[in-house]
Amino acid sequence: MRIVATDCGSTTTKAILIEEKDGVFRQTFRGEAPTTVEEPFADVTLGVANSVTELQELSGYRLIADDGTIIRRKSAADADGCDLYISTSSAGGGLQMMVAGVVREMTAESAKRAALGAGAIVMDTIASNDRRKPHEQIQRIRELRPDMVLVSGGTDGGDTKKVIEIAELIAPARPRPRFGGEYKLPLIFAGNKEARQTIERVFSGEGFALSVVDNLRPTLERENLGPARERIHDVFLEHVMAHAPGYDKLMTWANAPIMPTPGAVGDILQTIAKGRGINVVGVDIGGATTDMFSVFGGVFNRTVSANLGMSYSISNVCAEAGMDSVLRWVHLDMDERELRNRVKNKMIRPTTIPQTLEALVFEQAVSREALRLAYIQHKSFATTLKGVQQQRTVGDAFSQKEAGGSLVDNMALDLMVASGGVLSHAPRMEQTALMMIDAFEPEGFTEIAKDSIFMMPHLGVLASVNPRAAMEVFEKDCLVVLGWCIAPRGEVRAGRPAFDFTLRRTNEVVAQGQLIGGEMRLVRFGHGEVGMLEVRPERGLDMGAGPGKPVTREVRGGAVGIVLDARGRPLKLPTSAVERRACVEKWLKALEVYE
Amino acid sequence: MAKAYTPGLKVTARTTYRVRRLLPVSGDVRVKVGDGVSAETVVAETFLEGDVFPIKVAGMLSVNPSELMPLMLKRAGDTVQVGDALARSKGIFGMMKTEAKSTAAGTLESISESTGMVIIRGAKTPVQVRAYVAGKIIEVIANEGVVVETDALFVQGIFGVGGETWGTLMVAGKSHTEDLLEEHIDASMKGAIVVGGARMTAGGIRRAREVGVAALICGGIDDADLRDVLGYDLGVAVTGSEKIGITLLVTEGFGDIAMAKRTFQLLLAHVGKMASVNGATQIRAGVMRPEIAVPLGEASSGEIFTGGATAGILDIGTPVRIIRDPHFGLLGSVSALPEQPAVLGSGSKARVLEVALESGQRVIVPRANVELVGD
Repeated sequence: MRIVATDCGSTTTKAILIEEKDGVFRQTFRGEAPTTVEEPFADVTLGVANSVTELQELSGYRLIADDGTIIRRKSAADADGCDLYISTSSAGGGLQMMVAGVVREMTAESAKRAALGAGAIVMDTIASNDRRKPHEQIQRIRELRPDMVLVSGGTDGGDTKKVIEIAELIAPARPRPRFGGEYKLPLIFAGNKEARQTIERVFSGEGFALSVVDNLRPTLERENLGPARERIHDVFLEHVMAHAPGYDKLMTWANAPIMPTPGAVGDILQTIAKGRGINVVGVDIGGATTDMFSVFGGVFNRTVSANLGMSYSISNVCAEAGMDSVLRWVHLDMDERELRNRVKNKMIRPTTIPQTLEALVFEQAVSREALRLAYIQHKSFATTLKGVQQQRTVGDAFSQKEAGGSLVDNMALDLMVASGGVLSHAPRMEQTALMMIDAFEPEGFTEIAKDSIFMMPHLGVLASVNPRAAMEVFEKDCLVVLGWCIAPRGEVRAGRPAFDFTLRRTNEVVAQGQLIGGEMRLVRFGHGEVGMLEVRPERGLDMGAGPGKPVTREVRGGAVGIVLDARGRPLKLPTSAVERRACVEKWLKALEVYE
Repeated sequence: MAKAYTPGLKVTARTTYRVRRLLPVSGDVRVKVGDGVSAETVVAETFLEGDVFPIKVAGMLSVNPSELMPLMLKRAGDTVQVGDALARSKGIFGMMKTEAKSTAAGTLESISESTGMVIIRGAKTPVQVRAYVAGKIIEVIANEGVVVETDALFVQGIFGVGGETWGTLMVAGKSHTEDLLEEHIDASMKGAIVVGGARMTAGGIRRAREVGVAALICGGIDDADLRDVLGYDLGVAVTGSEKIGITLLVTEGFGDIAMAKRTFQLLLAHVGKMASVNGATQIRAGVMRPEIAVPLGEASSGEIFTGGATAGILDIGTPVRIIRDPHFGLLGSVSALPEQPAVLGSGSKARVLEVALESGQRVIVPRANVELVGD
């Protein structure tokens, strides 16, 4: 079996070759070429063919025919061609949607979750209580040029008036689609089923292509995002992709529907979380945006932080976080005025790369803040359903969590997966590990891995046609295990013991010692090694079993090893600039970050 | 040979410059093929649909939406003014009637029996598209707009703020390395396109705004000064719609940086001519850079430029500009193109090239950190 998979990004089209050898699927070669959606080429298949040509040159198999199409094998005995071709796409700005619902925290939020989960960028969320006056909402709808609109509102059998009101604001606003004047704007209605007839009448005029699916919030207690998400994917293929240059041809090449890139990443992470029975957080930090994914207790959430990125949006990260927050991670002398100009120069020339160590240190400091802000946004969005009535007994009074609490729990987090240029291409794996730890502040035992060559999108689509191949490649070739972060929850006292640890391999003690509050230590534990790590936290510090309780867990080695982090959670850096710099320098040295 | 990673910016003494001037929605084109136009000529115009104002009339009368229709005093298609009664309740025994009055002027577009909401559509807004650059109409796109062509000196900048403007080209200061200061600007520059040398200082920008300069063109700008002009810290480089009373355009980047000598000399050679400037910058998919076009009004050069960035080939001798520290802004030419990736000071591995700087010094930089200079 030979599989070719491509991901058509905004700037680069990445191709990978997956082959089944001795009954096991492995990713064998990769190629890339500039994406060709924009003028003067305006045909995405040219970039696809170029990237696959690189695979051809590296592998020695003939994969591209003289007419530029991908060669298919008739039988396994054929030397040339592939058996399966699949693709994802985020070219041309990806899938851009506007969503609407009645109550911002309830149906509108569920609609946003459905759109994000399908891989869309949500341009705006309109709701009856979004604190804008109706004419301001209409003005905003008119300004946006979405690829499609998702309207929800009301529970099945409930009040219809409010959702119809929202529809009556959208219809006269006549939002114009991003592509083409002749193109009818796709609008999906996933609200109260009692309102369907009226909704059909409201959108019956010219300009809308209405489709109706099951309510995404049939009752307050239940979300039903599947039908809306599937319809978004269908509309993406039927309308949006069909209008993007060359996609009509690409769709005929592919053996499975072309998926929006982030949707595919979400699918593979869900597959992994389900397969291993773990909680996962994944991040993809790009030049313009940062995508966050999480699966906690089987519930999947995705957010896109539209203006948190490392090149196009780097200036916005500095503006949102504040330069002081960025510079707290820096241990070198830097002139603020010069840095500010450098940030702007990176913004206007986004493809440049850091040449000096100083420039790298600064970019990695910015990335910590971009990731931290994106994670805050994600945590506030990935919540239990809001608006659900809760029954409390006296016994629950002190323990029951509020409806709408975040699902993201750093103590319950098992695996963090890093991807995106600044994380994937960091010269040292220790840098990637520390950026993740500083930004996300994992608690207890957390494994850290990175996507080796940003293969998750390809594997997300592959999972829909060949789940075994996708899982095998994910485990063996996609994930590069960096190691583990071991950190207690709670406030540590500087200079006082925080926890003791013992790492054993079978019965042999590999390492043991004591961590002092504010200290970090690295225990090298290589790839393929497996051991049992026992940690005994001091009173008031929690490693997952409760304050002061010891925990023993199996840990696997990785490219970095085991990072013992006794800085406490939430992480607090010294307020004095001199002390802070000394601390950061000490941590960087302990983890051999820039050595 | 290798493809340049970063496209170069177009700086050319003469090119056939073509610009599409399109309406946002269909309308009427006011010129025909062959017409000569000035920058100010209106080439197309239309009306944009008016704003929409929803009014909850049923709620104002305290009636069910389904009972609203017989109470309406105005019908769909009627013209209404602010304060006009839209509907009137029956009252009690014909007394104590309540009126729902319009809070907007326009045309009544629809009445909803489901929600009791009335939609008023405001008056249409006229939109005019001007030629932007003096030249000749070479194509009319029915109901949409035109293509204007002219022979022009054409310079792409790296970043700008403020939209389209035009005026007489003037120079402030003596050289491309001189910062633009307050004292370089005087009242005679009102409405002009003013070219400075290196960085435009806060004082220079302030004075230019006071005098009413149409556009300032310099090598660089300080981030802090840009923030002062805009009133906020620019997060993403999507500009052009700022209402700051002036268009600012930088040719090289942020910080203390001189305008490329050739760019300065080309502009200097056309002082007194009419120039068109657009500060709009968009650095995402479909890159848009700010631009200066100075129509020359003579015979065609044969080369045609229609906007967008240009990608070029890197080869030995190719003139380049280094666009990242530690050599930011320096000019030179490619002196070696090693095939194998090299380890940078940051520890990263990347493909590099050697640049012979104008000073004679040779430096190694990542290929991603240079851009092409020249035509």
